[in-house]
Amino acid sequence: MANGSGRPLSPHLQVYKFEWTMALSITHRITGVGLAVGTLLLTWWLVAAAAGPESFARAQKFIGSGLGLLLMFGWTWALFYHLASGIRHLVWDAGYSFELKEAELGGKIVAGASLGLTILAWIIGLAVW
Amino acid sequence: MAANLSKKSLRSPLAEARGLGSAKHGTEHWWHQRVTAIALVPLTIWFVFGVIRHLGADHAAFVAWMKSPFSAVMMALTAAVTFHHAQSGLQVVIEDYVHNELAKVLSILAVKFVCYALAAACVFSVLKISFGA
Repeated sequence: MANGSGRPLSPHLQVYKFEWTMALSITHRITGVGLAVGTLLLTWWLVAAAAGPESFARAQKFIGSGLGLLLMFGWTWALFYHLASGIRHLVWDAGYSFELKEAELGGKIVAGASLGLTILAWIIGLAVW
Repeated sequence: MAANLSKKSLRSPLAEARGLGSAKHGTEHWWHQRVTAIALVPLTIWFVFGVIRHLGADHAAFVAWMKSPFSAVMMALTAAVTFHHAQSGLQVVIEDYVHNELAKVLSILAVKFVCYALAAACVFSVLKISFGA
């Protein structure tokens, strides 16, 4: 492969057999980008609160609308997924859990925890609301 | 040098001594991403509980929440660290997928400017509510 320097490049993704852990890996990145977009709503929420009661009521009304709730549900899951998956990455960074079995178990924990925590947060949230 | 040749290293001795890698920034960016990630674990958990407790809250209840010094500091930290982490993560995504040098640099700059502007707006809003009458 030509990259100008003559140094070897690793082969591209297509040569590998698809594993579900690959989907978890790209999902970490996708949820990260999604959460970055979600910071726009966080900013609106805080700026509206600082601007006064009317603008805050508008922001709260949007969050409570059908579209707002759908977005909030998606961001809740994305947040918990990115949090759990991020902790999995930190475990790897510390040098643990590289064995295939451990890595696959970690993936299952991340997927399960993100779904479980999302449902739990919404049960509590709807009960409080 | 001889040792270098014998193990056929692709890096020059100077590059090896500097240890900064092809991006010339060493491990600094990687490390900052980890530091902000670790900080965001407790901040995110606090944030989720805080948001759940203020679902559908009116303005007075929200202001009362942000008048608490602890909550104000936690919210300001959450916003600041979140945006720091977001711009550093988005930079990596852009570096991986945008290969035109000009487009890459411009989009990274745009992401950084937007992230820090939003962070400033969030922190200012929290302080305004917290110090406001």
